[in-house]
Amino acid sequence: MLNELLSAAERAEACSVIQSTFLTAIWETLYVTIIATFFAVLIGLPLGVILVIGEKDGIRPLPAWLMRLLNFIINVLRSIPFLILMILIFPFTRLIMGTVVGTRASIVPLVMAAFPFVARITESSLREVDAGSIEMARSMGSSTWQIITRVLIPESVPSLIANVTLTLTNILGYSAMSGIIGGGGLGKIAINYGYYRYKYLVMFCAVILLILMVQAFQSAGTALARRCDKRLR
Amino acid sequence: MIELKKLSKSFTDADNTVHAVKEVDLTIEDGDIFGIIGMSGAGKSTLVRCINMLERPSEGDVLIDGVSLSSLSEKELREKRREIAMIFQSFNLLMQRNCLQNVCFPMELAGIRPSEARKKAKELLETVGLGDKVNAYPSQLSGGQQQRVAIARALATGPKVLLCDEATSALDPATTRQILDLIRDINRKYGITVIIITHQMSVVESICQHVAILDQGRVVEQGSVQDVFSDPVSAAAKALVFPEGYLDVLESGRKGSRYLRVVFDGSQATDTPLIAKMAVEKGIIANIAYASTREIGGRTFGSMLLSIEEKNHDFQEALAYFSDAPGVSCGEVMRDAE
Ligand SMILES: Nc1ncnc2c1ncn2[C@@H]1O[C@H](COP(=O)(O)OP(=O)(O)OP(=O)(O)O)[C@@H](O)[C@H]1O
Ligand SMILES: [Mg+2]
Repeated sequence: MLNELLSAAERAEACSVIQSTFLTAIWETLYVTIIATFFAVLIGLPLGVILVIGEKDGIRPLPAWLMRLLNFIINVLRSIPFLILMILIFPFTRLIMGTVVGTRASIVPLVMAAFPFVARITESSLREVDAGSIEMARSMGSSTWQIITRVLIPESVPSLIANVTLTLTNILGYSAMSGIIGGGGLGKIAINYGYYRYKYLVMFCAVILLILMVQAFQSAGTALARRCDKRLR
Repeated sequence: MIELKKLSKSFTDADNTVHAVKEVDLTIEDGDIFGIIGMSGAGKSTLVRCINMLERPSEGDVLIDGVSLSSLSEKELREKRREIAMIFQSFNLLMQRNCLQNVCFPMELAGIRPSEARKKAKELLETVGLGDKVNAYPSQLSGGQQQRVAIARALATGPKVLLCDEATSALDPATTRQILDLIRDINRKYGITVIIITHQMSVVESICQHVAILDQGRVVEQGSVQDVFSDPVSAAAKALVFPEGYLDVLESGRKGSRYLRVVFDGSQATDTPLIAKMAVEKGIIANIAYASTREIGGRTFGSMLLSIEEKNHDFQEALAYFSDAPGVSCGEVMRDAE
């Protein structure tokens, strides 16, 4: 099998596929991942903040039913498998993007799957902030908004960066799955060539590239988080 | 002037109610250094958090220069809190900001121009002796230095009152000394009223002018530090004033003798060998069971526990003898006082 896989003909074909499609695929993967992460954070971060400040003993308690509803929605979205979520929200995706297939359309389910995750990890990041710092800010006359923007978020920046990195790598993984609904990128190539056409060499290359991308993002994110953290020096 | 009027705070949860502070009446004059002392769980932190309304009192009110804090709106209260700075046991510096940015924090809240805030912050760090640490992060500083930054930060908005909740409890004795000296200097330099919450009598003795003793949420005794120290009335005050070991002496004391506590002001009474004189003049032999000296507000006070045998009215005579001596106060200590 290995011989067959590495035969000259296979190698030549793989090379030509790689040359003709990989650059676009990498670009699509990056584009989808980054845009989806951006929107997931845009929605998830404020929700995470609300989860922390809105609870009963938080700095700005919100009605208990609202908090329960929010927690419920987040838990439900988090427990639906991505493949099924993708199909379930077709109507919503069509509403927003006008279509349910293609690279752009795949961003919608990715955001839907990732923002509840972002909300939860933001929540846990913000909970790490020392209660004493919040008490201090309150004693100096901070408004709720000032506590959020000047204490809660800035104090948890290293942890937030680490968590956004985690989100990014997760989305990168999920984006490969969205190849099934025609989302572009390395995932689509891996599925099309590997699963449908038995071109394993191409699939391997695509997978290796995906792994490298995850590694690169992870290392960059960890390094950035560490550099930002003033507690370590 | 800060007035606490029948201030009470209770916490209620599912199955019980804790009365942390009960009907506290206190008046703290401008420029005073006022100590509030009590055992753990006495309600000190709750009381101090009521003073800046971080905790809304269940009953009663706090008046600052005649303004009732409970009548203020949330927004007015936030403004008011800029006049009531606070420092903490755990310093509570923002770990992701350097010293300068930490001191700038309250000025940012108040909307002071950044350039102006930075200038003021540098001056303040200079004042607290950290002019060279402007760019250091809290994790690079010792506890004492962190508390200095916190003090500089507390001064940034020009407060009238400084609340210190166990501000030196996390520090070693030498550093505690330095921080207390700094607080006293600030009190003198800026005329800020200081309220010091502590469980250590030594802290009260070294810088406070007045003290209130809190026991199970109530003020059981208050007055000038010298008065409370030399003549504690309440059991809680005695427990705090008498150093540890004092009560053990009483416990293990002999039957048939009574105990007399004698406190003398070092500036007036050290020249006379009182106990020897009493033995010669009255023929009363006093056994020194315990003795210590302390400094309160720059004056030395000595305190002794004498055991005197219960015969021929010796005890009454000794009591009378010490009561007449200048600069000496005394009283009997009951064995089962606690
Ligand atoms: N938020 C709260 N909810 C319920 N009970 C509380 C709360 N805060 C304080 N208490 C209770 O009020 C009492 C007084 O607590 P407080 O923290 O004021 O004591 P303290 O004198 O500061 O003690 P320490 O010296 O240990 O700091 C305690 O019995 C405590 O359990
Ligand atoms: Mg306390």
